[in-house]
Amino acid sequence: MRRSDSIVSKLDWVTILLFFLIVILGWLNIYAAVYDESAAQNIFSTTLNSGRQLIFIAASVVLIITILVVDFKFYDTFGYFIFGGIMFLLIFVLVFGREVAGSKSWFEIGAFRLQPSEFAKFATALAVSKFIGTSGFRMDNMKNQVVLFGIIGLPVILIMLQGDTGTAMVYSIFLFVFFREGMSPMLLLLGAAASVIFILTLLVPNHLYLYIGIVSIAGLVIFFGKRTPKRIVLVIAGALLVTGVIKSVDYVISDVLKPHQQNRIKALINPDADPLGYGWNVTQSKIAIGSGGFSGKGFLKGTQTKFDFVPEQSTDFIFCTIGEEHGWIGSLILISLFVTLLLRLIFIAERQKWRFARVYGYSVACILFFHFAVNIGMTIGLFPVIGIPLPMFSYGGSSLIGFTILIFIFLKLDAHRMQVLIR
Amino acid sequence: MNDSRKNVIQLIVIVVAMIFLIKLFSIQVLDDKYAQAATSNIIHRIVEYPYRGLIYDRNGKLIVYNTPQYDLTVTPKEVTRLDTIHFCELFNITPKEFKAKYEKMSKTKGFSYVKPNTFIKQLSNTDLARVEDYLVDFPGFDIQARTTRAYAYPVMANALGYVSEINQRQLDRDTLNYYRQGDYIGQSGIEAFYEKQLRGKRGVKFKIRNVRGIEKGDFEGGKYDTLAIAGENLITTVDIDLQRYGEELMEGKAGSIVAIEPASGEILSIVSGPSYDPSRLTGKNYSTNFATISADTLKPLFNRPLMAQYRPGSIFKIVQAMVALEEGVVNRHTRIACNRGIIGCHGPHSFEDLVGAIKHSCNPYFYTVMKRVVNQEISQDTYEDTRIGLAKWHKHIESFGLGSPLGIDLPNEKSGMVPSVSYYDRAYNNRLWKYSNIYSIAIGEGENLVVPLQMANFAATVANRGFYYIPHLIRSVGETGQPLPKYTKKHYTSVSPEHFDIAVEAMAKVVESGTGQYRAKLKDIAVCGKTGTVQNDPLPDHSVFIAFAPRDNPQIAVSVYVEDAGQGARAAASIASLMIEKYLLGETQRPHIEAYVKKGEFL
Repeated sequence: MRRSDSIVSKLDWVTILLFFLIVILGWLNIYAAVYDESAAQNIFSTTLNSGRQLIFIAASVVLIITILVVDFKFYDTFGYFIFGGIMFLLIFVLVFGREVAGSKSWFEIGAFRLQPSEFAKFATALAVSKFIGTSGFRMDNMKNQVVLFGIIGLPVILIMLQGDTGTAMVYSIFLFVFFREGMSPMLLLLGAAASVIFILTLLVPNHLYLYIGIVSIAGLVIFFGKRTPKRIVLVIAGALLVTGVIKSVDYVISDVLKPHQQNRIKALINPDADPLGYGWNVTQSKIAIGSGGFSGKGFLKGTQTKFDFVPEQSTDFIFCTIGEEHGWIGSLILISLFVTLLLRLIFIAERQKWRFARVYGYSVACILFFHFAVNIGMTIGLFPVIGIPLPMFSYGGSSLIGFTILIFIFLKLDAHRMQVLIR
Repeated sequence: MNDSRKNVIQLIVIVVAMIFLIKLFSIQVLDDKYAQAATSNIIHRIVEYPYRGLIYDRNGKLIVYNTPQYDLTVTPKEVTRLDTIHFCELFNITPKEFKAKYEKMSKTKGFSYVKPNTFIKQLSNTDLARVEDYLVDFPGFDIQARTTRAYAYPVMANALGYVSEINQRQLDRDTLNYYRQGDYIGQSGIEAFYEKQLRGKRGVKFKIRNVRGIEKGDFEGGKYDTLAIAGENLITTVDIDLQRYGEELMEGKAGSIVAIEPASGEILSIVSGPSYDPSRLTGKNYSTNFATISADTLKPLFNRPLMAQYRPGSIFKIVQAMVALEEGVVNRHTRIACNRGIIGCHGPHSFEDLVGAIKHSCNPYFYTVMKRVVNQEISQDTYEDTRIGLAKWHKHIESFGLGSPLGIDLPNEKSGMVPSVSYYDRAYNNRLWKYSNIYSIAIGEGENLVVPLQMANFAATVANRGFYYIPHLIRSVGETGQPLPKYTKKHYTSVSPEHFDIAVEAMAKVVESGTGQYRAKLKDIAVCGKTGTVQNDPLPDHSVFIAFAPRDNPQIAVSVYVEDAGQGARAAASIASLMIEKYLLGETQRPHIEAYVKKGEFL
């Protein structure tokens, strides 16, 4: 019975395998992105991003062992402390941080830079899980909801203050977690409806058509539905609400968003309007990916990604390298790897008997999903350009280590699922 | 229920992945637009720098123009089999310097392995002629042409300003994102004030290059290309010959000359001494020269006409007289005893009327005049009465354009100082104060401060009998344009025009038979002037003179400041009258005065 007690045998090796596959593929692609034929650089050279990424991978392995060694109850017991500590770091970075590309979200320690907001994700996931896991928690309790949104709101506000809207948006995905834990689907539907209206507002420049559409839909509903006074009032109120949303979208676009953010949304709707200005990133990214064809140009053979045409090639736009050098097949393989990993994480989350572990597992899966969907979506022009990395794949120490912690805490919890008494 | 929710989330993941794969399939496999775009076309962006606008004098003489300048660039990726020794011989550098230059370049921000980087800046024409033919031996090296400023005359440096590479602070402030690293921008003077008009518009060309960097034509038929538009030329109000003469006279002295055409507010010459040759701040030696000039203890970069603040001294008595007449507390026949017990005076006189008091610059007279303005016994309380009177006085003085920047078309104009009620409240920390505490402002000493430009403008105001146009340096943006709108508006003082005749009469007497008679009087031209001697303890006094001429239909108004040069009747009066002669007659008829000024020993 000794063998079955060992942590090694209880770990979910499917997830670990997928994790390392993505990490290694990412590393190779980082090399491809910065590769320069004439300079004859070595993949291990620490002057290159690929060499540095290898150091981060090594650091992650050390971290994985540490996480697996620590008692599994630690993460539950100290959930709020970890959350508090990281929130303190987020405040700290606002004061002492270093500004990089408009965001004040980095600490500088020697040659390396640390981005504490990458660690806020797992800390928030821990706090959310701990709170939902408390006995007596009910999703439909107003007070509980307020606390829950408070837990999420705190990192969002702090990260927005750093000027990093992209990373702050990640937290919206917790809605999925709440949905799984019993939140009314109405909220999700409302969110989806708001997005549809938002996009319609952008796509249809003449809002008169939208208003005519709203009025006719409302008219049809009243005409064909049950004509009780309550219903009619409800439909009219709904129509007015939608009109308000359209108005506020206008306001948000022109008055709240910064010019570069406006441009990213404009680039999404019509990148061809200004292919050399605000549409440059998306245009070039699509040319790089599109030129890959079915099977790609081959490893290190890409031309677009080599000549500085796509910005941020090794970080946010790393998917271009896959698309260009490995074509549709390469994209299919990478996307499949991610989908498998996500479904596997959901599967593991569902087999937890401990609510804390299950909620945490869903948080992990949803955060990864958000990054995956938004990052690839923006490189192929389906989503505005938001600077968030492709998990485990993009270059970047803080991000890799952040995701490593996120996933392996969950695997540690999963390994001990038989030891938990059902509460 | 939870099972179905799990399924919803799983479904969303799979649907998103499917959408991605379909979209990818459409752009990668179905649509070959992107593949074409990538193989044949690598878009190359070429910036065309516009010509900066030229600057002319009022008679159409060219003052500032552009001259080509050549930079040697290198694209490291394209360099093959470099013969370093040959290269170094050609460019007159040692292999060590070559290495140092390369290392410095590769560490600068924005260095690129695949794009041209500036390697040697600003080759001269002779260098270019020598190396041009050999460049084919050095693949990867290229010549990039730009223009720099050149100056027809070594004068007017501070008013023209200089142009240099934009700095980081300016880039940060450029919220419209017009400028890029390495662009040139006007840093001071006209170059800075009219930067937007002068700079023109950058052009951009998009060329398609293949993977090997060979040009394949315009991107989308040149649809997105824009032509560079040259900056607008500026026609200044300056008479460059008068300017040169003024600088000649100011040589070896610290101070300023400002000459204005009263009828239009156009500045005929604006001299700041000591100055420097503007061509030293262009081209190759900019940085070494800039360091030398800005470290000079005589501050040649300090634009004295607008930035040096002096006490107005006796010149201020004319302003006081105008205010007192307007307030009705004196008239031209009012006589006041020269009581030297309260305040010192100079010269033999004892009981003058207003004109005589100005002519003799009688201090006690204006002590009393100011007292009558300030204490009009509107209130029984002396303190309150002083406050009411001083507020009235302050309003009149301000209407002469004193105490705030006039608004000349140059940056960094100083405001001078006209003490107000609230100023004295602060200065006396809210304790009570009355006329006996503040009387030194009566004769232009005390807290009063003016800049030379304001004094020239005052001379022009008197010449115009009561109004002025804001002094300005540009009469036309573009060859047949207009000055900026604010320079075409008349500004009236709060003093009625008829009182100015008394000022004119007094100023004429100053030159005819008063303090200015020895050095400012001209044979055929009726000059009106006023001397000033500004206390500058412990150093020698500053010599000040304002004047306009001719008395009827004045063509020129001048203010002259010569620092540490003693009485206004000497250095400043001489220079001012020489400027008037030069402008009205073309040359001086009094070579001995010119020699006296150039010798420059006034003390």
